[in-house]
Amino acid sequence: MAKKFVIIGNSAAAVGAVESLRAIDSDAESWEIVLISDEPHHTYGRPLISYLLFGKTDEERMKFRPDDFYSANKITTMLGCTVTKIDASAKTVSWSKDSYSGELKYDKLLAAIGSVPFIPPMDGIDTVPLKTPFMKLDDAKLLQERVDADTRVFIVGAGLIGLKCAEGISKLTKHITVCDLASRILPSILEAEPAEIMRNWIEGNGVRFMLGDTVSEFKGKTAVMKSGERVEFDVLVLAVGVRPNVALIKDAGGEVNRGIVTDQFCRTSLKDVYAAGDCSESYDITSGQTKILALLPNAYAQGYVVGRHVAGLEDKPYDSAIPLNAIGFWGKHILSAGSYVGEKYEVFGKDGSYRLICREDGLLKGFILIGGNDVHDHSAFDRAGIYTNLIKDRIPLDTLNFEEIKDRASLKGFTAEARKRKLGGVER
Amino acid sequence: MKRVYVNEEWCLGCHLCEYHCANANMGGVTPQDMVRNLRGRTIHPRIRVEDGADGGKINFAVQCRHCYDPMCVKSCIAGALTVEDGVVTHNPDKCVGCFTCVLTCPYGCIMPDGDGKVVQKCELCLRNKVGAPACAEHCPNRAIVYEERGVM
Repeated sequence: MAKKFVIIGNSAAAVGAVESLRAIDSDAESWEIVLISDEPHHTYGRPLISYLLFGKTDEERMKFRPDDFYSANKITTMLGCTVTKIDASAKTVSWSKDSYSGELKYDKLLAAIGSVPFIPPMDGIDTVPLKTPFMKLDDAKLLQERVDADTRVFIVGAGLIGLKCAEGISKLTKHITVCDLASRILPSILEAEPAEIMRNWIEGNGVRFMLGDTVSEFKGKTAVMKSGERVEFDVLVLAVGVRPNVALIKDAGGEVNRGIVTDQFCRTSLKDVYAAGDCSESYDITSGQTKILALLPNAYAQGYVVGRHVAGLEDKPYDSAIPLNAIGFWGKHILSAGSYVGEKYEVFGKDGSYRLICREDGLLKGFILIGGNDVHDHSAFDRAGIYTNLIKDRIPLDTLNFEEIKDRASLKGFTAEARKRKLGGVER
Repeated sequence: MKRVYVNEEWCLGCHLCEYHCANANMGGVTPQDMVRNLRGRTIHPRIRVEDGADGGKINFAVQCRHCYDPMCVKSCIAGALTVEDGVVTHNPDKCVGCFTCVLTCPYGCIMPDGDGKVVQKCELCLRNKVGAPACAEHCPNRAIVYEERGVM
């Protein structure tokens, strides 16, 4: 009889686990899969919610996998069910949905439970009539319903989530104010000077910033700032940050730091329990630090490792994680990877583009590439994946002519032998 | 599965493959359609010739390798990239143009399309009217071939 693999979650890490397990156990002879998720929706691309507001996709097209994904992969779904408890010794999860509740036995369990919005204590927050985080499809749908051309939107947090929300919502209203305690935007992916380039660009697209300032108190639809300024708004978006969703694992006695602690096969300290995606920690090879890499490609990669491991394979550990971000605002794109350490090569282009290349110990460690102000000119970040690959595979830069490609990524900096290997067959 | 391979010792750097690629992906069927499709336009080929490697002597063409374990597919935030019978395939209707695939393709073979709103990539001409890679078909020196070499 098939054993039972229970997946909590329904996003990239969960899908990665399903696809790698079913690539091996395609007929479900060895493993039954039960997928349980508190969101009632078909799996969707989580980062697409801002594109939904912007009108670049819709609910149908933002499905992360086709309609027959669950049936084709022989998955029993329990959507709209919230897992309330993991009992790692009895190997059960408790769930509830409306007035129903139950228990589910598992042989292996994956917690792909993502992150939760971090909302610092703010005076008077309960007096705000309409507020939402910006994490889930339902958050975007709420904004779609409640924001029109006259709505004043106040976004707290100038990070990736807050600013993608600002871009998305700009299709609905022009009254957008973003504040952040930090004096610059996008601190998780940009250093100060490129952040300034992006701030100017985003301001040019109609967003008002209040940086280095934060809310001291909310009074209904008014925010009183630390600076003394007052912001009148109709809708408040809380995008201060996110935290790994660790509660279930922590309560079950699993080891947790900032995120859920896992090994190279994404196993938690609890027997037969894995964790993958934004809820867990990753080892960043470019900084040598364990950190939260809450990024969809990493979530999928971790899930993929879990599925293979459940199937009994230990050949491909999760061992080359790096920060990776591709994000655009009003047509100006930022592609970045790795850590900004070591020797820096920096170019401020006359066309508004920006390039930072970081090398240390003979390896490429990180880069930031920002496109120019002509949104149709992509030459600044063209073929960036060639750099990403140098970082991920830790390719010694003295084995290629990096000088030749540092201003524009290409394969011609590689040796003839390396090119033959890359282009003469299939490497990956 | 058959893939496109480049024999760089035979590449003349003529860039004809780029024109045939652009023509095929703009609805062209034969080279005679090139005038109609390409004249006076900036072309956006999915294959690219790199000139001047090894001190200027070498040219070679690069397009999607149709990886066995494709990073682009695994990284796509929209589910717009899939593997169909071994061919890494792009659905522009689902693509939101975030360029995560541009950031993760180790060969630099996915690029923004002409409008820059979505990406484009080589699909071996299997989904256009040509039906087999136009670049290989029309390479004057057999520097680009379409053949079975297996997975390395």
